[in-house]
Amino acid sequence: MAPERVFIKGNEAIAQGALDAGCRCFFGYPITPQNDIPEFLSKALPEAGGEFVQAESEVAAANMLLGAAATGVRCMTSSSSPGMSLKQEAISYMAGSELPAVVVNMNRGGPGLGDIGPAQGDYYQSTRGGGHGDYRLLVLAPATCQEAYDLVIEAFALAFRYRNPVLILGDAILGQMKEPIARRESVTYDDASGGWHLDGNAGRDKRLIKSLFLDEGALAGQNRHLMAKYAAMRAETRWEAFQTEDAELVVCAYGSIGRIAKSTVRKLRARGLKVGLLRPITLYPFPDAPLLALAGQGKRFLTIEHNCGQMVDDVRLAIRTKADSDFFGVMPGELPNPDDLEGPILKSLEG
Amino acid sequence: MQAAEKLVFKTPDVIIDRPTHYCPGCQHGTAHRIVGEVIDELGLADKTIAVASIGCSVFLYNYLNVDAVEAPHGRAPAVATGVKRARPDRTVFTYQGDGDLASIGMAEIMHAANRGERITVIFVNNTVYGMTGGQMAPTTMIGQATTTCPGGRCAEREGLPIKMAEIIGMLGGVVFCERVAVNSVKNIARAKKAVRKAFECQEQGLGFSFVEFLATCPTNWKMSPVDANKRIAEELIPYFPLGNIVDRTGGGEDK
Repeated sequence: MAPERVFIKGNEAIAQGALDAGCRCFFGYPITPQNDIPEFLSKALPEAGGEFVQAESEVAAANMLLGAAATGVRCMTSSSSPGMSLKQEAISYMAGSELPAVVVNMNRGGPGLGDIGPAQGDYYQSTRGGGHGDYRLLVLAPATCQEAYDLVIEAFALAFRYRNPVLILGDAILGQMKEPIARRESVTYDDASGGWHLDGNAGRDKRLIKSLFLDEGALAGQNRHLMAKYAAMRAETRWEAFQTEDAELVVCAYGSIGRIAKSTVRKLRARGLKVGLLRPITLYPFPDAPLLALAGQGKRFLTIEHNCGQMVDDVRLAIRTKADSDFFGVMPGELPNPDDLEGPILKSLEG
Repeated sequence: MQAAEKLVFKTPDVIIDRPTHYCPGCQHGTAHRIVGEVIDELGLADKTIAVASIGCSVFLYNYLNVDAVEAPHGRAPAVATGVKRARPDRTVFTYQGDGDLASIGMAEIMHAANRGERITVIFVNNTVYGMTGGQMAPTTMIGQATTTCPGGRCAEREGLPIKMAEIIGMLGGVVFCERVAVNSVKNIARAKKAVRKAFECQEQGLGFSFVEFLATCPTNWKMSPVDANKRIAEELIPYFPLGNIVDRTGGGEDK
């Protein structure tokens, strides 16, 4: 049977992806521009036999997620930038307690209340843990509705593979854009075979899920264990390389901006200019190796972001032994089109 | 020949036999034991998931032989909501102190109660932040000196001690709500009866159940265990009256 094609918004694609990935519990709180996700799931999830709770706050929603995750079911929460700040408490506890769950941030402009338009100002928060302590989330940054749908499905598998929260980082462009997507067949998953989840201790010793380690050496051991896990996550690094082989200048951009930059690159290629695009799909782990390989070939770099310069730090770290990167920032509060990126790209290309 | 020994005091099976970390005269141990006895008597041990909170009682999980998850400060009712929604066939309870529940966790407890989550909340009110060294809590009594109100709590400056059982009792989803103490044998028996009813309420799927324990903290009250126990009767109970506040387990209206 051919996969069903549906014409939906990016937010709905994320909600549909969660549903088709077997998500059983969703905990939400209203905030623009992600409201389509809880609205969609408030109807669809109970119909599919799952649970939807509109929490009293983002703090509560994220802690409900922690509780559901502790029982080993597939669960998700979504929010946008100011709400994500509030979720960081529980996310840190979940990382410390090694709980699998999917968290969605449809990034809006900041700081503070900012605006409700698209932005990428939460890159640092997303890729550096976001809350207190040394921890990382696996961060996936879709650029299209289809990719959003596919990556949400993948996010659940990754969360359980690494027993770690996985973050989907989109923005208001992705969330509000409507595109056709091909659905996969909905699957029921049994992730509870790992032997760690809570369901009552019938026939076995009790289990404890916690992030408090007071015994001598215990916390150091836990941190070493987490660091080893994050190192293993490097196997999941993903990126899209577009016409980078013979490029003199490689543009590095992610998410919606990556997609807009791709249009600009395509346009400049038509004029015979040797530009390419490397679009990180995982922001953590970051695609250091392909960037370094391109730097080794003598290429120049321009990082373009919808913020004042955050991912450019990671690009520079990746290529630091061979090259440097220029930076062009679209201000949060402004919406770029492909023509706006032409000037900065030409400037870097000319060196 | 000695007479045959008669067992008069048996540790509940679900209670783990280990040295306590609680201070002499602290009544968390008594509250733990009551919860353990009820879990045993109702046969819930192998289907219970406990949600521990922040404070001295975070180590609840060291004493109860049940599955457990640790919640951030004040968030136990939200964590328990997640656990129960994911596993409605399991018995889920939180165990929280007054700093945790009545201050930082006020939003979470109010809304879990109002939604009528099928969980049981054991709330231990000892009028002080215990683990952090005796700071003022929302429940600290007027005139009570703590490390952050060294001159004694003042109504004009810090407000009046908050009466959680009464507040929770006003919310729609609450099926059982009672305040108890463990300062006498008679009150311990009443406390156990209330905890039993609270867990039964959950087992019958009726709604949210809440039991507030008045408890001692001799270390931070700077009292002997005996004087601390006296303070429960002389100062706390007159302000925080014992008794049932809501009992809709029979399906009826408020008592």
